Amino acid sequence: MKIEKPSDIRDIQELMTSRDGRIARRVMVCAGTGCVASGSLDVYKELVRLSKEAGLPVTVTFDKHEHKKDDSNEELYIAKSGCHGFCQMGPLVHVMPDDILYCKVKAADAEEIVQNTLTTGEAVERLLYTDPVSGEHRRGRGDIPFYAGQSRVVLGRCGVMDPESIGEYIASGGFEGLAKCLSKYSPEQVAEEMVESGLRGRGGAGFPTGIKWRFANREKADKKYVICNGDEGDPGAFMDRSLMEGDPFAVLEGLATAAYAIGAQFGYLYIRQEYPLAIARVQKAIETMREVGLLGEHIMGTDFSFDCKIKKGAGAFVCGEETALIHSIEGKRGEPRPRPPFPAQSGAFGKPTIINNVETLVNIPSIMAKGASWYNAVGTESSKGTKVFALTGKINRTGLVEVAMGTTVRKIIEEIGGGIQGGKAFKAVQMGGPSGGCVDAAHMDIEIDYESLKAVGAMMGSGGMVVMDEDNCIVDVAKFFMDFIQRESCGKCVPCRIGTKRMLEMLTQITENDFTDQEAGELIGKLEAQAQVTQDASLCGLGQTAPNPVLSTLRWFREEYEAHLHQRTCPAKVCNKLLTFSIDAETCIGCSICAKRCPVEAIVGEKKKPHEIIEAKCIKCGSCFTVCPKGAVVAQ
Amino acid sequence: MNGVDTVLTRHPDASSDSLIAILQEVQEEEGYLSPDSMYRISTHLDMPASKVYGVATFYNGFRFSPIGEHNIVVCRGTACHVKGSARVLDSLQQELGIEPGEVTEDGKFSLEVVACIGACGLAPVITIGGQTVGEVQPRKVKKILGGIK
Repeated sequence: MKIEKPSDIRDIQELMTSRDGRIARRVMVCAGTGCVASGSLDVYKELVRLSKEAGLPVTVTFDKHEHKKDDSNEELYIAKSGCHGFCQMGPLVHVMPDDILYCKVKAADAEEIVQNTLTTGEAVERLLYTDPVSGEHRRGRGDIPFYAGQSRVVLGRCGVMDPESIGEYIASGGFEGLAKCLSKYSPEQVAEEMVESGLRGRGGAGFPTGIKWRFANREKADKKYVICNGDEGDPGAFMDRSLMEGDPFAVLEGLATAAYAIGAQFGYLYIRQEYPLAIARVQKAIETMREVGLLGEHIMGTDFSFDCKIKKGAGAFVCGEETALIHSIEGKRGEPRPRPPFPAQSGAFGKPTIINNVETLVNIPSIMAKGASWYNAVGTESSKGTKVFALTGKINRTGLVEVAMGTTVRKIIEEIGGGIQGGKAFKAVQMGGPSGGCVDAAHMDIEIDYESLKAVGAMMGSGGMVVMDEDNCIVDVAKFFMDFIQRESCGKCVPCRIGTKRMLEMLTQITENDFTDQEAGELIGKLEAQAQVTQDASLCGLGQTAPNPVLSTLRWFREEYEAHLHQRTCPAKVCNKLLTFSIDAETCIGCSICAKRCPVEAIVGEKKKPHEIIEAKCIKCGSCFTVCPKGAVVAQ
Repeated sequence: MNGVDTVLTRHPDASSDSLIAILQEVQEEEGYLSPDSMYRISTHLDMPASKVYGVATFYNGFRFSPIGEHNIVVCRGTACHVKGSARVLDSLQQELGIEPGEVTEDGKFSLEVVACIGACGLAPVITIGGQTVGEVQPRKVKKILGGIK
């Protein structure tokens, strides 16, 4: 395969579609990080081995397949796909066109799948998804509310094709957008099409992508750079990881399109080192694109030349900030600097630079192929298109969820996520990571977009949605974020470095019952004052948004803070120092594990008889609660 | 040839913008960054050793002492936190008798925490020698460790 002119993409697409037509059945074994961790690679190997043994017409590669005359139209294609987004149920195996989705598949299940499904098309009942609410088996994606409630556009290719196959990517419409740009549009027109589409950056602040491109396009310089921000630092968000693993060519096509629009010759992909699989897949895709002539000199025979390389992030949350990320790419400490000048004027190595997030880039190929008006038909007034959310925490169905902008929080949590685990009550959903805030039960009907979330004190951020139930302490969660941000503050400016530290100290005082009665009346006021200063006076977005988790929880859950301070209790029973531990004599089996673990010898009792905690000695460390194999230690 | 030299020969004409990549490769080869390695890198890139140290200590991804035979990393992301990763960490600390950043006396285990592994669907998550283990319960920690010992 060699692509020498824009129209070659159409020809290859036709060829690949006919190649696709010879596949009678596709088996996609999820090879995303989550499923690999649960053993999906062994499942894949067994499926291939046993299918071959059973004499089925197995093929495992899409691109390098050579059509032989005696080939029937009955091939069985077994491939390792990108992330299906339903990691909790992994390893996942999806069979098409039957639409059968198998969950928690083990290598030992392969035989049954081969003998039934791959031979006769019958489903193996016991491996189907069991709905946790109704207890019924659900056969395929179409019947599982988790998938049925979504509009998967950005995630469209994730989990349905081999992410390492450029043939499959092209067959599904890949590189059509880039070919169209290179053959029909000037760089200015591409930037204007982007403005028209209304796409806003998916990494956090939601700045319009097209406007960024327009600025950079207008700058005159001998060199310009494009950067893909794959430093997904928000704990609790993993859509960028899934996209890089599951659709790396789309990320690169988006980046190349951005480069054409602004006139850049070189690009960097800044990817977290915690994502080894994403790095490997993107690297492979870069090499494949070089081989076929989609990266390098004179791409598709035009005057456009572009190449890129990966820079591995070294673990600093602040590098999500544009100027900090640029410093890191230059090999320096990832400290931000004041803007202006904006990166579009003076960025990497002092040259005009644009930085787009992974999810933003994956939106671009289809916008270019189908047009801005196709794209902006979906969404709300201010926020167009779809958004991917990482739905996690205390919810029945966790995973990646893509919905149109304007979908309600309630629909995502109750319909797609299937509600709270174990019949507990919904408390709040934390949105937007350490820069975001909580949405409480009273606001579940807001239609999600950049503005509506800001209005309730939360944030789109990169799209993390961490669901909390009645057992989660809201003060503890605020402390968790402050602890994170305090460690991740780069230390350059005082309001952030010291302000986050002071706020963490106050939150620690509250959660550890370490305050006088007089302080109890003052702590909330002090916390709010400190939050205000940090918000107003910090240099970059990290510091300016650092108080959000505190402010938003104080806004909706003030009474929980007050319970800690005035009644000295933790209503959710999380903060050890505000609890009293005792042992339930009925449940205790007298194994003495807790007594051995207690650091202050506060637990007494004879072997095989119920034990007891001497309250006066207890330092409330919670060790006994953690180690008890029977759950006999009660916290009140 | 030692690890640092192997890495530096791969970057014969490197400039300071390759510093982070070089530090990462050296850590991969040697397991950590020793003062000697950082001096060697600074000479190679013709920059002060203090700058090299300044960059290395800025990022969480670098360590300055060797790790154990089995390195255990606890994810402290939000999804893991709300599902009880603090208690998982407690349990590991008690079981191994070390704090994050330390190595057991016999050199078998080391413990680290990380901001987020991105496997939030399997929370709470730890990795042992790079292998991900999902849905870890504090009570199961002893058994998991027993399986390695």
